[in-house]
Amino acid sequence: MVADVAASQQVPKARWEHFSHDADLGLRGFGRTLEEAFEQAALGLTAAVTESPIAPQTLVEVQCKAPDLELLFFEWLNAIIYQMAVRQFLFGAFSVRIDNGQLYGKLWGEAIDIARHAPACEPKGATFTALKVERTPDGLWSAGCVIDV
Amino acid sequence: MDPSLLTQLDATSWRVEPYGKMRVPAVIYGDEALIRGMDDKVLLQATNVATLPGIVTASYAMPDAHWGYGFPIGGVAAFDPAQGGVISAGGVGFDISCGVRTMLTDLSVIDVQRLQKSLADSLYRDIPAGLGSKGAISLDAAALDAMLRGGAAWAVENGWGEMRDLERIEEGGRMNGAKPENVSEQAKARQRDEMGTLGSGNHYLEVQAVAEIFDEATAKAFGLAQGQTLVTIHCGSRGLGHQIGTEFLKEMLIGAKEAGIELPDRELACVPIHSEIGENYLGAMRAAINCAFANREILGHYARRVFQHFFPECDLRLLFDVSHNTCKVENHSVDGKTRELFVHRKGATRALGPGHPSLPEPLRSVGQPVLIGGSMGTGSYVLAGLLTSETKAFSSACHGAGRALSRHAALQLWSGRKIVDDLAAEGILIRSPSSRGVAEEAPGAYKDVDAVVRASEQAGLAKRVARLRPLICIKG
Repeated sequence: MVADVAASQQVPKARWEHFSHDADLGLRGFGRTLEEAFEQAALGLTAAVTESPIAPQTLVEVQCKAPDLELLFFEWLNAIIYQMAVRQFLFGAFSVRIDNGQLYGKLWGEAIDIARHAPACEPKGATFTALKVERTPDGLWSAGCVIDV
Repeated sequence: MDPSLLTQLDATSWRVEPYGKMRVPAVIYGDEALIRGMDDKVLLQATNVATLPGIVTASYAMPDAHWGYGFPIGGVAAFDPAQGGVISAGGVGFDISCGVRTMLTDLSVIDVQRLQKSLADSLYRDIPAGLGSKGAISLDAAALDAMLRGGAAWAVENGWGEMRDLERIEEGGRMNGAKPENVSEQAKARQRDEMGTLGSGNHYLEVQAVAEIFDEATAKAFGLAQGQTLVTIHCGSRGLGHQIGTEFLKEMLIGAKEAGIELPDRELACVPIHSEIGENYLGAMRAAINCAFANREILGHYARRVFQHFFPECDLRLLFDVSHNTCKVENHSVDGKTRELFVHRKGATRALGPGHPSLPEPLRSVGQPVLIGGSMGTGSYVLAGLLTSETKAFSSACHGAGRALSRHAALQLWSGRKIVDDLAAEGILIRSPSSRGVAEEAPGAYKDVDAVVRASEQAGLAKRVARLRPLICIKG
């Protein structure tokens, strides 16, 4: 499953993808910047749960900090999963700013509507499995890992 | 996995001698077809676990093993604190104390079939399932801590369950050594409104029929008879366990570095058992075990309520409740000496043989019920622990069919709608909030559960008692 958010633009494109893991699900975001790759991965996380549109009704802000970019990505996904769980929300739009190892994230979303969103799974947590944040040869940033669902 | 990479010991036992930094061998159970079907990463992960400090005898993988996080799912490893042994949050899993409980009814398949659709609809309405479903219970801080200390006993005290259930739950339904104070506020916040919810993914509540009996005497002792219906619940410690797992995974990564433990994989993050982080994790993990016990007890109570509505005379008696994601302190005989070991079972079921003192009296002579969840269409099994399992894998057996295909691959192959219709034609009613979720859990995405339990029996891990056929499946 791949979503292009900039299909009409020149390459490189920001996008996300899912990849296979025996029991669970891998997801990866690509972007022209690190921040964009993190935002795309977050869209991939939501897409693991639902394909329905999500209204950006409520803004939730999160912050995370980690000693390296991979652990920061792990923290970012877990911060979203935590907000999904305690608020019973889904988020459909994300904005990330990274400053000196500190991530400032904005999540826009709405309360889960079981009938409308038909959630396919419940992400439990990000894992260190296939956890990788890197710059690909075509100049894009990529950020991904396996999610326990 | 290429079987030629392993030394075959017998028809269902395979071994890799220690090489490189491995401290003990890796032993994988399964017939040749199951071994061929296993991901290569099972071998890699089982050998990685064998490098951890203080591991005793061998790193084991059960016949349903598949690619996990650090440990393979289906992995068993015991560590001796006196030998520098470690504890690993990844070796327990994110869904701490995920497990299965099976309840017996006196109803026949025909009794259930008469009301099957109404029963399915009522169970689906009364058992909150899937992301976004809301439980009827909301706990304040004091009640949450009491639940984390009291487990299923707490649920019974609060009217969600029956006293007689407790002896049929591991640890009498209440894990000692739970420390709610070691559980973060975030983990508690995730659980406040989640008691009595089923969760999602491969978690389910099923009404099942006993389709085949393999061992009459043990079946009789378990209270199982051909054509009888059962209720089985598969779920765990919900958001609380997930949050504890995630937080300690990070802490143990730092702790491992400080303790000078060389990790072949970050996900194997672990710390010495008797270290500050190790002790903190044990207290938090045991609180999560109580959360899972309480949650399954409450769900069992909800199931009882629905059944009593349709069948007022119906009495749901608990056969057993057993976890397959835990770390437990157990005494095991190693080379003729009894040692106190910390046994990690990640996607593996404890399988105590006959005579074990911790089994309740009615089960002691036949061994512990080992409850194996299959997939929606193919059915499940009740096995019994064997004495031979003690030396084979510290009294452990498989836990389910094990996935053969990823969720991603399953979605390419199946439509949820069609699976629901096909299973309905076979007399199996599925109720789920998500058609895509059903496709991800398609029966074809799982290994052949018959082959997994056959291999478990042949390997001396647990013996087959009964095969169960699903009639109704509520999936999150």
